[in-house]
Order: sequence, then structure tokens, then C-alpha cells
Amino acid sequence: MSTATIITLPNQATARIPKVNFLTKENGLLSWLLTGDHKRIATLYLVSITFFFFIGGALAGLIRLELLTPQSDLVAADTYNKLFTMHGLIMVFFFLVPSVPATIGNFVIPMMVGAKDLALPKINLLSWYLYIVAGGMMLYTMANGGVDTGWTFTTPLSTHYLNTNVISAGLAVFVAGFSSIFTGLNFIVTIHKMRCPGMTWFRLPLFVWSNYAASILMVLGTPVLAITLVLVVLERTVHIGVFDPAMGGDPLLFQHLFWFYSHPAVYIMILPGMGVISEVVSTFSRKRVFGYTAVAFSSVAIAVFGFFVWAHHMFIMGISNYAALVFSLLTMLVAVPSAIKIFNWAFTLYKGSITFETPMLYAFGFMGLFTIGGMTGVFLGATGTDIHLTETYFIVAHFHFVMVGGMLMAFLSGIHFWWPKWTGRMYPEKISQLAALITFIGFNFTFFPQFILGTLGMPRRYAAYPPEFQVLNVFSTAGATILGVGYMLPILYLTWSLKYGEIAGDNPWQATGLEWQVQSPPLTENFPKIPIMDHEAYDYEWLASQQQKEVASVG
Amino acid sequence: MSDSTATGHAVAAEPHHEHPPYQRHHFETVDQQFDATNFAMWLFLLTEVMFFGGLFTAYLILRNWYYPAFVEGSHQLSIFWGTANTAVLITSSFTMAMGVWCAETRRKSALLLCLGLTFFLGLIFLGIKSIEYHEKWVKHHVPGFHYSEQSFVNPSTDPEVYKEYHDAPLAVDMANKTELYFFLYFAMTGMHALHMIIGIGILGFMIMRAKAGAYTTGHVTFVENFGLYWHFVDIIWIFLYPLLYLISRHT
Amino acid sequence: MNNEEKEVEHHHIVSPRIYVAIGCALLILTATTAAVSYIDLGVFNAVVALAIAVFKAMLVVLFFMHIKYSTKLTKLTVISGVFIFLGLISMTMADYMSRAWGRW
Repeated sequence: MSTATIITLPNQATARIPKVNFLTKENGLLSWLLTGDHKRIATLYLVSITFFFFIGGALAGLIRLELLTPQSDLVAADTYNKLFTMHGLIMVFFFLVPSVPATIGNFVIPMMVGAKDLALPKINLLSWYLYIVAGGMMLYTMANGGVDTGWTFTTPLSTHYLNTNVISAGLAVFVAGFSSIFTGLNFIVTIHKMRCPGMTWFRLPLFVWSNYAASILMVLGTPVLAITLVLVVLERTVHIGVFDPAMGGDPLLFQHLFWFYSHPAVYIMILPGMGVISEVVSTFSRKRVFGYTAVAFSSVAIAVFGFFVWAHHMFIMGISNYAALVFSLLTMLVAVPSAIKIFNWAFTLYKGSITFETPMLYAFGFMGLFTIGGMTGVFLGATGTDIHLTETYFIVAHFHFVMVGGMLMAFLSGIHFWWPKWTGRMYPEKISQLAALITFIGFNFTFFPQFILGTLGMPRRYAAYPPEFQVLNVFSTAGATILGVGYMLPILYLTWSLKYGEIAGDNPWQATGLEWQVQSPPLTENFPKIPIMDHEAYDYEWLASQQQKEVASVG
Repeated sequence: MSDSTATGHAVAAEPHHEHPPYQRHHFETVDQQFDATNFAMWLFLLTEVMFFGGLFTAYLILRNWYYPAFVEGSHQLSIFWGTANTAVLITSSFTMAMGVWCAETRRKSALLLCLGLTFFLGLIFLGIKSIEYHEKWVKHHVPGFHYSEQSFVNPSTDPEVYKEYHDAPLAVDMANKTELYFFLYFAMTGMHALHMIIGIGILGFMIMRAKAGAYTTGHVTFVENFGLYWHFVDIIWIFLYPLLYLISRHT
Repeated sequence: MNNEEKEVEHHHIVSPRIYVAIGCALLILTATTAAVSYIDLGVFNAVVALAIAVFKAMLVVLFFMHIKYSTKLTKLTVISGVFIFLGLISMTMADYMSRAWGRW
């Protein structure tokens, strides 16, 4: 690993964390629970989603442990069904959907656009409370015996054939949905109405653009999921029949409505991550993001196309051939804006002065793994290959490459990147680079064998499998262990750094965003005076001239 | 870089001036606050459109499949009460719009009158709705609760409706599908009524605040945004009325 | 501040006369749509009923909800809602209708 670094820290002997900042402004539990400050709410979110991530992670560990052997010996088959269902529900609705937007987005978007807060601070706090209520309901579901429908609540399985806690799980997701609607709504209003003087749309950091696109999906897609889950709950309680073929309803209608949200939901999960990568790649190659406009519009394009491809989840479920054809072609279209992003990041790296700090390592991980995940998505979007590959481990590997290899890498990249801003202290660089490496290796060990398993025909969602698949499953479980270590490390050293980390100063990365021009941790009102944006985004020459001026004035 | 309070930025040269009490600290101007909350309300209504959108999609598909059942189901609804309720709701939308105007032009007693009328008309709407619901309950047309297809398998046993529309008897499997129609009827009007109840609650709160003069000092955001909500609920009904009541009234 | 805000005509107050006119129009249209449903127009019954409903909704949106006097951004918000809603309906219906064509 190269020793070159762009980290510039203040003199540790004299540097202090600013006495007044958003963390120290007020004290006591109530000052946190009733706060309107977007940075405090982001912190609350960070703690809560980390909690749920580790619950979901523990469930994943149990799943992998069970799959170590071909028989279902660790847990019974129906317990296994509950494990993967709870794993999916918790990871999707309580970790991935709120991960980057509600934590990092909440923390930096107002600063990036030059505002004192999000437009609707109370709604922002309400969103966190809804998340907590929903999380409580999900924990209740789990304590009460769990649910085993799969995270998709597939009808008529969920409505007619199971006696598990579908109702409480469905309502938990319903409430969590409103939490994410309010976050998205808040972002859209803030980005439209709260930008500081001079901050035009094309001076916004790309992180803001991609969160804007994801917010559109949240606002327009999530309500459809909400009403669908209401219908499922009603179907179970009063047998309304809309999804019941015996009464004239149609289970496929559920699929249409569910995937109308849940396909855009994967873009809700990945787009904010792409925003993180844009920031990180630019900062650590000291170059403006190549093709800024293309990257910005590709986010919006993904959001728009994302609404018209949902039926590719239903190719084998009996939709018409003609509709499948149209949806398949539209699905291919989404690959275009995603590829635009990957190519533009690659061109940003070209001839840049690249350094390999932890956020950048995670970003590299993202670019590689997301590309593989995205390309295998094209296999699944093609109607022919989909029939062979769907409902096998191929699809499991595909979405874990996108969600874990993509989004989780981006999340960790962003957490490391903004950690100095958030806490005022650096994380320990060497061990975190090691953690990034471990995560990458562990990830590939875990999920690459699953592509092979899938093409060999191992179906997903079964506790037992034919013995010839064991070798690859052992690989996968071993990889999951490594991956687990990779995720435990950041928790440990980041907590450690809260007290013992080096003082970061305002701008340890020499980054250009407005959030880096204020103190770390920032003031409650972010800026002493509302800034005026007088340069383009990612303008490193502006930053250099700014620093020269500062040196001159101090000298 | 050690000076941790420096922003490294030109700052807005803005003289400090007094803010009106209703301006939240993180907004630069009152106009910005009004714009932002107004836009937020519109976005919220967008989510509401999609929320009802799922039900409308279900309605569309099932209506195409089971058109005869939907026709005879809709004959069971009272056109009188339905039309009356539409008129009531439209009038309440009108009084609400007038309420916004009163707030904008700072007429306190007129505002109170408008809000009071809207509140009252909203209650009348719910009252009529409950008359209709009760009728369905009596006739066993509430899906899931002792639902009876009697009126559709053998329409002449339901003389009130029969003498008006002379419906042909439906085959049993089609008559079963009227339960779907009634489920959609209850789901859509019920969801709509829920929005009405929430709206009436907020109206009550607003009337109390309006008495204290909160909305006639130039700060109309709340009244304006609530007006948007109320009109949206009206629009949903404008679609529900033809879709549920007017499927086919001719004989 | 930014472009959207500059074009705002703040607190454009719509005259009560317009509200009265729109309110009356809505009531008349309600009576019309109820009356038309008693005439047998075949498939056009549904078309007419929906057309009247759309027209009424537009009146409410444009005047009661002040869209006629609001910014491009708010107009765009409304249009995008309608667009995505129609996307949901049309793409779902595309599947249901083409199922009847059988397999190729």
C-alpha cells in the first residue's frame, strides 16, 4: 500500500475539538430525543440502524451456519424460513433503505446545500420516531415467533397458508415506509428551497443529486407498498379476497403493486451509495468528477426508468409474454445510466493523484462489486436466462453483490469519509484499511460461490440441499465468517476513536464541499453566516487559493 | 486550518433584521418558509395520490374482469345519498377555499365562519356516509361479515332496487364477485372517510387557533396547506363518486 | 435565492368571485355526470363519467388549490404525480390485457 496520503491534520499538541459544537451544545437525554438538529437526528439514526444491522447480521450468520451441511440440522426447516425472512425484512427496511440517506444524507445534505437545517426539522424527528416504532414492532414480531413469508410477503402464501406474525410484520414495514417517505420529502424540499445564494443545481455535490433522485423514488413508490400491505393485512383479518383467487381476486395483482415499490426500492438503496462514491472518488483523486452533468442526470434517469421495470421480478409468475418482453427491454435501459456512472468514475481516476485512504478502498470495492452485481442483473433481466436463474442462489448472489458489495461498501466508505466531520476525530487509518481489505475478501468468498451454486441450480430459501453443493457452501460460510470480522472491526475502532482518535481539524481530506469548510464537529446552525457559493463543485483550485489566502492572512 | 471557526467563505452581507414570531430560525426569509412548507405539502399529496393509486389499480382490474357484478353492486348504492354527499363535499371545498381567502385578507370573523361551515359540512358528509354504511350492514353487504349474495342471485327479493333497475339474476360465481365490489367500496370510501376524520380533527384545532387570531396576522401557511389537503380529499371523492355510484344506472 | 423563488408571486389572492364560479361549475358538473349515467352510451358511459371527473378535478386543482397561479415547480410536482400514477395503471393493465392474447 502506498504511503502517499492527502490527510492533513492540525498540530496534535495544540489542536482542540471546538468547545461549542452540535454534540456539546445541549446535554441530557431529552436534548437528544426532542432535537430538531439534523446532525443529532442523523446520529440517532446511525445508532439505530447499526443496532438493526447487527441483528440482521446475526440472522445471516445463523443462515450461513445452517447451510454448512446439506441436512437441516442446526435449525428445523420452518425456523430456517423465519431466519431468512427476518434477515431480509430487517436488512432491507431497517438498514438498507435508511442507511445512507437517513444517516449520512441527514448529516451532510443541509451543509452541502448551505442551509442551517433541513426544511422541516420536526418532520425529520418524526421520521426517526416512526422508524423506532416500526423497529419496535419488528422486534415484537421476532420475539413473538417471527414471520416466514420471505421479505416479499408473497401472496397467497402470506395471506392463506401461514400462521406466523404476518400482520405485525406487515404493519412494521408500513410504518417504516412512512418514516422513509418523510425523509425523502424533507430532502426534496430542502434541495429545492434551502440552497444558499450562488448554489445553482449544477454546483451541487453529486451526493445531493443522487439523494434527490432516491428521494423521488421514496415519495412516489413507498405509498403503493403501504396500501398493498394494508390490503394484505385486511386479507388476513377479514378475508377481503382481492388477492384470493378463490374469491375472484388475483395474487399477481399483489406482485404488481409490491414490486412497483420494491423495484424502485433497490434504487432507493443504491443511489445514495453512488452519491457517496462520487464524493470519495473525486476527493481522493484530486479531480473534478468526470462528466459531472452526465453523472447528475444519470441519477435522475435511474429514478425515472426505475419505475417502469418492476415486472422483471415476475417473469416466471404468469404475466403475459408480451408484457415480459417490454419489461425486459426497459430493464436493459437501466444498465445505461448505471454504466455511465461507473465509466465516469473510472475517467475521474484517470490521471488523478490517487491516494488509498480507507474511504477510497471501500469505494474501489464498490466499483468492482457493483459492476459485477449490475452485470449479473442483466442476465436476470433477460427473459430467457431468467427462467433458469431466478429463484436460485444466482439471484441471491446478484442482489447481495449490489446491496452488500455496493451499498454497504458505500455506506462504510461514507461513514469513514465523514467520520472526522461528524466527531471531530480521525479513525485509526491502518487498521481501517485492513478492515476494508478483510471486508472485500470476505465478501467475495461469501457470495462469489453463490453465483456458481445458482447456475448449478441450487434453489434459494431451502434449509437442506443435495450434498454435491456442499464444497461451495462451505466456502461461502467461511467467507461469511471473514466478512463478520470485517464488520465488527469498524464498530470497535470507530468507538475507540471517539475518545482516542487524532483531532481531525476542519478539512482533513482537503475536500471541497461546503461541509468541509466549517468546524468539525459543526455548530448546531452549521454556518456562523449563510455562505455564498462562488465556485463550481469539486473545484480544487478554488480550495488551494482559499488556503493560500488563509496562510497569507495568518502570516 | 487550526482556526476551527473560520468558514473560509465569503459570507452573505445581510443586515440583521427582526423576524416575525412565526418564522422558524433555519429559514432566511418568511417567503422561503412559506414556499418550503407549501412545496412539502404538495409532495405529501403526491404520496397520497400513490397511496390511493394502488386501490384504483385494483378497482380497474377487478371491474374489467367482473363488470356485471360491479354494475349490480353499484345499483345497491343510493344515488340520492351519493350525489348529495358529492354536493356537500364540493360545497365544503368551496367554503375552505373562501376560508383561505379570508385568512389572506385578514378577516377574522369571516374566517371563523368559513372554517366552521367546512367543519359542519365535513360532519354532514360523514353522517350521510354512516347512513349508507348502515344500510349495507342491514342488507348483509359488508364483505367478510355474513356477506349475502341474495340480492344478486335473486334480485326480485330486493324489491326496492329491483323495481328501479330490473337487474337480471347473476350466476352464482359472478354474484360471488359482488363481494369484491363491496370490499373495494368499503376500502376506498373508508380510506377516504379516514382522511375526512383526520381533516375534521385538524379543522377543530384550527378553529380554536383562529379564534385566538393566529391566522389573520399575515401568516396563512397553515390554513393554505390544510386547504390543499381538504381539496385533495375532495378530488379523491370526485373520482370515487362516478367509479362506485355511476357504473351504469340505465336499465 | 434561486430561480424558483424569484418567479413566485407571493400570496396571489384569488378573488372570491372565481371561487363562487368554480363552486357552481362543480355542482352543475356533478348533476350532469349523475344524469348522463342514466343514458345508455355503451362503453362511453365510463369515458364520459371519467372525463367529467377529470375536468372537475382539474378545476379544483387549478383554482381551489391555486395551481394556475403557482410556480413551475409546483405544476411539475402535480404533473409528475399524475404521470407516475398513469404509469402504474397503464403498465399493470398492459400485462392484464395482453394475457388474453395467449402465448406466442
